[in-house]
Order: sequence, then structure tokens, then C-alpha cells
Amino acid sequence: MKILVAVKRVIDYNVQIRVKEDNTGVVTDNVKMSTNPPDDNAIEEAVKIKESGKATEVVAVSIGEEKAQETVRKALAVGADRGILVKTDGIIEPLAVSKLLQKIVEKEKPDLVFMGKQAIDDDCNQTGQMLSALLNWPQATFASKIEIKDGKLEVTREIDEGLETIEINVPAIVTCDLRLNEPRYASLPNIMKAKKKPIEQLNASDLGVDINPRIEQVKVEEPPKRKAGIKVSSVAELVQKLKNEAKVI
Amino acid sequence: MSVLLIAEHNNKELKSFTLNASTAASKIDNDVHAVIIGHNCDEAAKALSELPLIKKVIQVEAAHYENFVAENFAPVIVKLAENYSHIVSSANTFGKNLMPRIAAALDTSQISDIIKVIAPDTFLRPIYAGNAFATVKSKDAKKCVTIRPTSFDPCESSGGSAPIEKADPGEEFVKTKFIKREEVKSDRPELGTARVVVSGGRGMQSGDNFKLITSLADKLNAAIGASRAAVDAGYISNDHQVGQTGKVVVPDLYIAVGISGAIQHLAGMKESKVIVAINKDGEAPIFSVADYGLEADLFEAVPQFLEELNKLNTIQK
Repeated sequence: MKILVAVKRVIDYNVQIRVKEDNTGVVTDNVKMSTNPPDDNAIEEAVKIKESGKATEVVAVSIGEEKAQETVRKALAVGADRGILVKTDGIIEPLAVSKLLQKIVEKEKPDLVFMGKQAIDDDCNQTGQMLSALLNWPQATFASKIEIKDGKLEVTREIDEGLETIEINVPAIVTCDLRLNEPRYASLPNIMKAKKKPIEQLNASDLGVDINPRIEQVKVEEPPKRKAGIKVSSVAELVQKLKNEAKVI
Repeated sequence: MSVLLIAEHNNKELKSFTLNASTAASKIDNDVHAVIIGHNCDEAAKALSELPLIKKVIQVEAAHYENFVAENFAPVIVKLAENYSHIVSSANTFGKNLMPRIAAALDTSQISDIIKVIAPDTFLRPIYAGNAFATVKSKDAKKCVTIRPTSFDPCESSGGSAPIEKADPGEEFVKTKFIKREEVKSDRPELGTARVVVSGGRGMQSGDNFKLITSLADKLNAAIGASRAAVDAGYISNDHQVGQTGKVVVPDLYIAVGISGAIQHLAGMKESKVIVAINKDGEAPIFSVADYGLEADLFEAVPQFLEELNKLNTIQK
């Protein structure tokens, strides 16, 4: 079985983002970038499946600017066998990403495609489901447990009400929740080894799909600020404030 | 053209966020139709027809719709979509799972998790865990929009009498099979709609200590929330998680106990009307959003809180 894992380069989850003064977006210059956190879970799961002998190859793919190569390289350092970078400029919407991924899937013919359930920059939560629709494959979104049984996947999904279990045929798309596993850190020898693993570079414009934005980003603003609160010195004072000032109890 | 709302239900009753989504849909256009897809869902369809904002209900029934599998639902809505300018659903796990499948089939760039309708083609949505708000304008002919339920008031649930039309079901998608759903049953208010939420974090130190949160929630008739750290540590189940990738809550009162306040947690609760933080670390980021901060050991503060509430003899709402 072959697993394709899509990874996205985003602003690191610990960075407090700043909105650009001209309201065209957020500041990304000189800001720490990392792999989108649930994409790390996706890579981890694929590598674990390979280690258990149930997969033969793990291919990491990223779509983005030249520097997204670092994100692919990181996936190689934790165990992916080879990488693909589809180079693009500017904003690429999930619909465009899923069309590009469809082209990669047609070429690579993986049995499974894994990715994070949501990117922490645009918070869209769309790409996996869209790719699944374009391919007419089953989708298991928000996965917190994956079991391979007789060539099928049994996936536990995190839903608002609790947990749901579904069984899907392969080939399929799985979008990963943060609770799926504990992503490993790349060891130094593996980081060195990853430098020798191949990364194929493609230009999005050569893949023959329309990736022009359909959504105009009119402006990006700071959210309204909360007014500063106070510290209370005791529980009694807290309860008194909640009762008489805030009037919420 | 009209707006098509996708109703969320459990085949018997409407899910409450359908009321919030109806309000959002009506802000796009007055002519809101709602589609309900399910199995033996007449009661829920009737409830939907009673929402005064809904002008027409389309009911689609088949056994393979019983468990809301997106692969079965999407083609039904794609087929209906030719008569509508907008498709709308809630941005909860139901809508998040389903809508992109519809949008891709319609070749439309979906707009997720809007918090305001500015114009029928222009919406406000949070990005970067709510640390920025983006105004976005769709250039697609057909628009697929998911709405953040807590940003729209629920509509009236009675007084309407929209006609219910039946539409033909589609084929079953046999490559995906529903197996089971483990719902956590509770008599408490739902986390997404509760007036008061009491949340615990890593500071609780164990699942057993969550009893403190439970007692406080009992006292205040509150829902129970948790940070991702608490869920990851196994103190409490995932359906309680508040945050960027969990639930977004906007209660009148949010009490954060032993929660440091990572960006990802704040994303899920910082729009709450009144925020209380109890944490022994005075530098914890949670205090930056708290209206009332109490720097104290939660294992002393929470029992005292209960005592004070007993003294008040608060009438539970």
C-alpha cells in the first residue's frame, strides 16, 4: 500500500500573528514557519503504518512557495520516503489545492491520502473533503484512530456529539485530528539522511488546472479588543462581582 | 435566487444550530428553503416547516441517509443546487464534513465559518484562530457558506407552516459504511448553547479532579468544557474540547479553571460575555482575556467558590 501525505507550511502555532498595517493580510516576513500541526499527525500515522509493514511507501507532497520545500524535508526526516513540491505563488484556495492534489493522485496512484483536518492559518477545513469529492473516494474526516482491517480502514472520527466509527474502502482520504497520535521528533541522523531523499519539483501552472482565486480578500483586520479585566483578591470578591457587577449568577 | 439551508437533525428532532443557521441564511436572502435528508425523519421535517424563516422544506428520505454520511448527502444537495444561489450549513462537524464535498462538486470555492453576512457575496470570517478577521468576497456564481452558529441568534422555532415537498433520494455510496456513534449523554446544557460554561485544563492534574469542575457546573447549571491539554491527557472526553479545532462557545459566563490560555484555546472562548480565570500562575495568558482573574490554587478556590455559591443560595436558571 502506498500513502500520499499532504503537508502545508504555515506560521508556527506559537507565534502571535500581527495584521499588516495596510490590512492586506498578516505579517509573514521574518516569522517562524512550521508544518501545520495536524499534518504532522498525518505524516506520523503514515510512517507508523509503514513501520508496521502495512504500507510500502510514504510520499509527502506540499503545495506552496519554494520554501515549502522545508516542510517536505521535515516530513522526509520523520520517515517519508520521498517528496513532491508543487510550486505556486500567492493565495491558493483549498479548491485549487484539491485540484492540484487530484493531479498528483492520478500520477502517483496512492491507496490512501492523509492530511491534517484543518490548516491553522486560514482555518478552512475543506481540502480533504474536496479532494475526496473530486476523486469520488470515501472520506474519513477528523480521524482520531485508524485501523487497517482486510484492506479496509476502520476510522474513529471526532464529532461534536462524541465519537463516530466508519468503515471505508481503499482508496480513501483521511483527514487527521491532533489526537490521532503523538508526532515524533526527527533525530539528527534522520535529518541528515532526509537531505539525500529526493524531492520532485513541479510547477502548478504545468498541471493544467485553474488555480485562480475565486474569493477576493477585501481586507484583514484585528479583531475587536476585549476591555482589560481586573484581578480579584478572593473567591468572596469574585462571587460578589459576578453577582452584583456582571450580574451573571 | 433563493438560499438552500441544510438542516441538521437526528431523524427525530432538529439540532439546535439549525435555528442559528436559518438566521444566518435569512441575512443573505429572505427566500430561504431548507433541505432535510434522513430516514424516518417526518417529525424533524415538521419541526423545520414550523420555523417562520423557512419558506419551503424539501425532504429526502432513504435508509442510507439514517447516519448522515457525507458521501450520500452531497449528491442530493448538488442536484438541488441548480435552483439556488447559496448553500448554507453550520460550521460544526456535520457541516464541516459535508459542505466541501458539495462545493468541490459545484466547482465553488467555499467560504467557511462566517461570523457576519456583510452582503450576499461578502462575509466576515475569523482566521488564525480568531486573531484576525478577514472580509472576503466570493466571485463564484454559486456560493457555499458555512456559518459559525454562536455568531447568529437562533430563529423562532414555531409559528411557521412552510410546505413540505418530497424529493427523490440518490443512490447509496457503498464504499463508506457507518458502524457506530458513541454519544455522551448528559442532562446538562449543551456546550455550544449553554449560558454558563465551566472549563478545566491541565491544571486539574487528573480526570478524578474534574469532579470539582462537575460540582461547580452542577451549581451553576453549566456545561462542562475543557482545554485540549485536558482532553489529550485523558481527563475528559473530546466532545468537551473548546478551542480552534474544538468547539466555539459564547456563553454569558465562561469560567476557566487551571487553563493557561494558549492561543488555540482562546480562539474557542474569547467572545464569551464575561470570562473568569482561576489559575495559580499570575502570568498565564488566560488573564489577558479575563474580566475577573483570580490568582489562586484551584484546589482551594473551587471548593470556596462552591461554598460562596451555597451562601448566595443562587436560584438556578
